[in-house]
Amino acid sequence: MELKTVQTNRAAVRYYEGGAGQPLVFLHGAGGLDMDLGFLDGLAQKFHVYAPLVPSYGDSEECGELRDMLDFTLHTWDVVERLGLKDPILAGHSMGGMIASEMAAVAPNDVSRLALIAPAGLWMDEHPIADIFAMLPYQLPDYLFYDAEAGAKLMSAGTDMSDPKFLQAFLVQNARQLGAAGKILFPIPERGLVSRLYRIKAKTMLIWGEGDRLVPPVYAKEFQRGIAGAEVVIIPQAGHVVPFEKPAEVVQALASLARD
Amino acid sequence: MRFTWFNLMPWPYLPDDFREKNRSVWVDIDPNLFDPEKAHQVYNNYLDLLEYAGKMGFDGIGVNEHHQNAYGLMPSPNLIAASLARRTDDVALVVLGASIALYNPPLRVAEEFAMLDCISGGRLVAGFPVGTSMDTNYCYGTIPALTREKYKEAHELIKRAWAAREPFAFNGRYTKLRYVNPWPRPIQQPHPPIHIPGGGSLETFDFCIDNTYSYSYLSFGGYIRGQALMQGYWDRVAERKAPDSSPYRAGFAQTICVGETDAEAERLYAKHVSYFYNRCLHVYPGFADAPGYRTIKTIQKGILSQYAPQTMFQELPWKELVNNGSVIAGSPETVTERMEDLIKKLHVGNIFCLMQIGDMPQDKCMHSTRLFAEKVMPKLRNLFPEYADDGRFWCKPLAKRATPGSLPVESELATTWS
Repeated sequence: MELKTVQTNRAAVRYYEGGAGQPLVFLHGAGGLDMDLGFLDGLAQKFHVYAPLVPSYGDSEECGELRDMLDFTLHTWDVVERLGLKDPILAGHSMGGMIASEMAAVAPNDVSRLALIAPAGLWMDEHPIADIFAMLPYQLPDYLFYDAEAGAKLMSAGTDMSDPKFLQAFLVQNARQLGAAGKILFPIPERGLVSRLYRIKAKTMLIWGEGDRLVPPVYAKEFQRGIAGAEVVIIPQAGHVVPFEKPAEVVQALASLARD
Repeated sequence: MRFTWFNLMPWPYLPDDFREKNRSVWVDIDPNLFDPEKAHQVYNNYLDLLEYAGKMGFDGIGVNEHHQNAYGLMPSPNLIAASLARRTDDVALVVLGASIALYNPPLRVAEEFAMLDCISGGRLVAGFPVGTSMDTNYCYGTIPALTREKYKEAHELIKRAWAAREPFAFNGRYTKLRYVNPWPRPIQQPHPPIHIPGGGSLETFDFCIDNTYSYSYLSFGGYIRGQALMQGYWDRVAERKAPDSSPYRAGFAQTICVGETDAEAERLYAKHVSYFYNRCLHVYPGFADAPGYRTIKTIQKGILSQYAPQTMFQELPWKELVNNGSVIAGSPETVTERMEDLIKKLHVGNIFCLMQIGDMPQDKCMHSTRLFAEKVMPKLRNLFPEYADDGRFWCKPLAKRATPGSLPVESELATTWS
C-alpha cells in the first residue's frame, strides 16, 4: 500500500492506495489505520483499495470545519469524488462503518454495495456501548480484542503503559485522533442514523466478530432490521478489531460483494 | 491585595475506605453516598460560614461550579450567590464561575449574573470558566474538541448582550437567537469584572490578556508547584506586550489553615486536610482530560490536568502537604511568612483562600478564618502599593445600596400610602 494525499475543498486528505480490480473504499475506526495495514494488504489482493484517513489521524492535518455527522459524511463523499471513484464498494469498520452507513443513506443511488464491519451509529439502551473516551490505555484491549491478553501485548509493543512518558505520547495522539472521532462518537456514538437506515439501497453485508465486547453482535440485528435485505456474517473467535484478528475471513466476506 | 474566602462545599461524609472502594469522587461517584437530609444541614453550614467570612473583613466570598462531584456540591453557583447576596452587605460575591458553554442558551448566564449584580448592588465578580473536562465533557456531554469554540461563542454572546442597548439578532453556530435583549443587565458597566479560571493553556492566557480579564489558577497543588504555570502566564503577559503586569491580572487558590501555633494547626486541621487531599481528590484519571478537550499546543507544552495520573495525589501526610506548599498552615506568623512568599513569587493580587477543607467542622473553620483575617491579612494588605489603585479586576458596588428586609412597618401601612 502506498500513502498518498488527495486535496478536497476543506482538507489535504491522506490515504492508502494499493491493489488492482474493482475499487473499494475502506473507512477506518476510531483507532485509526495502523492495525489494519495487514488487512488492507490482503484486501488489495482482490480489490483496488483506497483507505483515507479521517483528518487528524496519523500524520494528516486537522480540519476544524468538520464538526458534525453531516460534515463527516459529506467530507468523505468529497474524498470519493476527488479520487475519481464512481460507486465503489464502500466498507467501514466501527466509526468508519457509521460514516459509510450515513454516506449510503444520504446518497442511496450512489452506493450499490456496502460492507459494515462492527459499525457504530446505533444505540440500544439495554446494550450500552462502553465509553472509550474514559478508558485508560490498559483498559482498551479488553474491549477491542478477542484475546485481550495478546491484544495488550501487541498494543503496548514492549512499552510500559504505566510509564508517564508513554502516557503523555498517548494523550497527544488521543487528543488528535479521538478528539476528531469524538465529534461524532462523544458522549454517545449515535447521531440519528436509525431514522435514516431505511434509505439505504445498497446490497449490504454486516460483518461482526462473535466476541465483540465494544459493539456487541446484537447490534448486527438492529442494523439488519433497518436495512432491507442486509446479510450478516459472524466471524468466530474475533472481537471488535475483527479486520485485524481475522483478516482473511473479512476479505472473503467482502469478496462476495464483488461484481462478476 | 484582594482576599476571597472560597468554599468548594465538599461532602463531609465520604467513608474511610472511599478510596479503596470507589474509582472516582467525580462523574460516576456512587449516588448512594449522598444523603439529601444530611445535605440540608451541610448546605446551611457552608452558607453560614461564607456569611461569617463576609463579616470578617475578606474582600470577597467565593463559590464555583461543579457537577456530580463530592468535593463540590454547587452545580449552580448562582443559587448560592443569590442567597449570599441577600445575607451579606459589603463583601464581593465572587462567582468563579458559571461554565458559560454549558447553558442553552448561554444568555442564561448573562441574565443570572445581571440579576446577581442588581440584587447585590454591584458586588458581583464574574467568572467564566471553560470548565473541567469532568464537568463539561463527562457530566454535561459537550463534545471535547468543540468545547472551546462553543465557549468562545458563548462569551461573545454574553458580552454583546450586556453591552447592547437595543435587541439584536445573534446567529451563532451553537446558539441562534432572533431577539437578544436581556432584562435585567448588570449595574457594573460595561460589565462586571471577569476572572477566568484556567489550567495553563496558552489560549486561556491570551484570552485573559487580550480582554483585560484576571487569570485564576485554581490549583490544589499549592504555590510551589503552581509557580511554573504562573511564570508561564507572566512570560506571556510580557510577550503579548500587555500595557502593565499588574498583580491583579492574576489570582491563585491556596489551601490555608491557621492555628495559634504550628502545632495547634496540625492538631486541629491535619485530619480534615487529609480527608480533602486523600479522599476528595480521588478522581479517576480516565475522566481527567477527554481527548480533544485540551489543545495539542497545550499538551505538547507538557501541561497536564492536575487530575492526570502524573500529578494525582497519593496518600499524603500532613508534613509533606505543608512542606510542598499544597497547604499553607501553622501559626499566624508562619502563615504570614509563607503567604508573602506565595504572593511575591507568583506575583498575584487575588488570593482565593480555601479555608473550609474537606470535612472540617464549623468551629475549627471559624477559628482558622478569624486568625487569618485578624493576624495574617492585615500584614499582607499592602504588598503591591504601586498597584493599589488598580480597580479593573474588582467590583464597583453602588455607594447607596438597599437594605434587605426593610419593609414598611405593618401597622403604619395606611399612613404610608396616603
